[in-house]
Amino acid sequence: MSNLVPVLIDAFSVGGLYALTALGIGLIFSVMRLANFAHAEFVTVPAYALFVLSAQPTVMAISAAVLVAVVLSLATERAAFRPLRGIDPATMLIASFTVSMFLQRLLVFAFDSRLKPVDPLAFLSGSVPLFGVSVNLLKLTTVITCLVLLVALTLFLKYTRFGLEMRAAAEDFTMSRLLGVRANRVIATAFVLSALLAAVVAVLFSAQTGFVQPRFGLQIVIIAFVATVIGGLGNLLGAAVGGFLVGVVATLLQTYLPPDLRPFREAFLFLIVIVVLLFRPQGLFPARGLKERI
Amino acid sequence: MIDRASPFAKNPKGFVHSLPSRAGLERLLPLLILVVIVAAIMLLAGQLGIVQQRRITLGFISMISVVGLYVFMGNSGVLNFSSVAFMAIGAYVSALLTMRPQVKATFLRDLPDWLASAQFDPWIGILAGGLVAALVALIVGLPLMRLSGIGAGIATLSLLIICYIVLGNWTGVTGGQRSLMGLPTYVTVWNAGLAAIGAIILAFIYQESRSCLALRASREDEVAARAAGVRVVRERLTAFVLGAFICGIAGVFYGHFLGTLRVENFYLDPTFLYITMLVVGGMRSLTGAVSGVIVISALAEILRLLEVGLRLPGLDAAIRAPAGLGDVVLAALMLGIILFRPQGITGGREITLRGLRD
Repeated sequence: MSNLVPVLIDAFSVGGLYALTALGIGLIFSVMRLANFAHAEFVTVPAYALFVLSAQPTVMAISAAVLVAVVLSLATERAAFRPLRGIDPATMLIASFTVSMFLQRLLVFAFDSRLKPVDPLAFLSGSVPLFGVSVNLLKLTTVITCLVLLVALTLFLKYTRFGLEMRAAAEDFTMSRLLGVRANRVIATAFVLSALLAAVVAVLFSAQTGFVQPRFGLQIVIIAFVATVIGGLGNLLGAAVGGFLVGVVATLLQTYLPPDLRPFREAFLFLIVIVVLLFRPQGLFPARGLKERI
Repeated sequence: MIDRASPFAKNPKGFVHSLPSRAGLERLLPLLILVVIVAAIMLLAGQLGIVQQRRITLGFISMISVVGLYVFMGNSGVLNFSSVAFMAIGAYVSALLTMRPQVKATFLRDLPDWLASAQFDPWIGILAGGLVAALVALIVGLPLMRLSGIGAGIATLSLLIICYIVLGNWTGVTGGQRSLMGLPTYVTVWNAGLAAIGAIILAFIYQESRSCLALRASREDEVAARAAGVRVVRERLTAFVLGAFICGIAGVFYGHFLGTLRVENFYLDPTFLYITMLVVGGMRSLTGAVSGVIVISALAEILRLLEVGLRLPGLDAAIRAPAGLGDVVLAALMLGIILFRPQGITGGREITLRGLRD
């Protein structure tokens, strides 16, 4: 038990971040069938905002980061993704690549590509005793924040008008429009929620790594992407479970793989991904309404 | 969608057999035009300085790789992020075969004896690079070709990441995170250009084949193609293996162009670049693949010149853009092309004289 608790906290603090990122991607995918690679920059740009405002009080820096994320996501939706609405998903995916590439290069141009130190949550650097072992406070906060956000998101989707509209749009976009759901509004809601999640990930992840660079978000988004597909694209519960699953598997591989093979840890992770896809091409929890009708 | 100039379809007056040679020529026309364009660029490059020649050589290498990517992704319509992984395989195989034994002895300790003590001809390196990439594609493609859509995209992306991690950590054989130095640099604008022409011819012969027509039918409607008797997995696998062969050779040229291999050269950046080149040109035609490479390479070169400082004749001051802006503008231009022409510059059509006249 005593050596299992830190491993579990590790696994869930990593998995939680993947789950939040996967949810951010899944929210947008479920309403507009866009697999949004530019989510990487929805994470990176607020992290840079934290770097720029690192001299300011924590609360101010974090709220600025959230604001930046929301503005950025709404701007990309308006400028890049709205004109492409309804086009085939592959082209939209590639368009989101170019958006991501554009924003990344803009960051390199503005800040160069060296590592920048950030520490938005410096006051959480200590550790607390839990079940007889001392647990890093930041990791514990990450796990708790992720769980709270998951519950909040579930409540939002279940009990608010916006949430109901989003679930309707995810099920059948055309039908929901016929029943009075405004397309622009429901898509904008998805982008705002996605940006909020991305900003939280930016704060927590930059506090864990201690630095930010132009590819900061990319590493986490690639894994979250995989998690979304494993969970079942278009299914939000699947995305969250997939995120946790990938994080837990990655941490377990890191802990229990023989040292010779440890550098190849992620190779095993992605091998598992391919195997899962071969047996469940629609993911572990296939979304309703995604299967093409003939 | 499938533009084929058959003598039966193209002759409105009913003289079915009257002009077979002309119809055959018309069918070959896209190939001829593309080859002439590439040859013209080669001849132009011969007149330019060494720096421009190296840029154009790099453009030809991109062209080989994008044509390889097109063979599978363009014809099957299935997302593929793994082409650069096959480039990496080709590059490393050829490097291990053609490097001097003394160099291998210092860097790479885990090579089998026959490989460590041997140095082969560049030709063998090129062929082996392509064939090993094709063999790997055959093995991994057998299960993967059942996937389509986003699932295929994620699976091939996983393949790329696995390849990157294995090459980056298999230190005794690939040099791992350190660079692998000392590859013989035999690549010039001439042999890279000829290889690009070879890749175009190979892709064209394939796309005129029965197998590729069946594959294109499955791209338009997978269920209908299956119902008509197309064995989708087998046709996809054929294209995947051929595409991997071409990409492997592109990798060989890339490695021997740089002289130094780093795994970072075979990861996300070139993957995105090649896919964007293909989409910008129009991923449903060979003309699109080739023109995408030419347009993006030319834009990148113009922006680079602007960054260095462009001196116009008759103007005293040089026009100079701040460093790094070129990359930003290039990405913005690529996004603009995708927004305004989602089917690419060519709209997925092949180049023909008829198209030029209209």
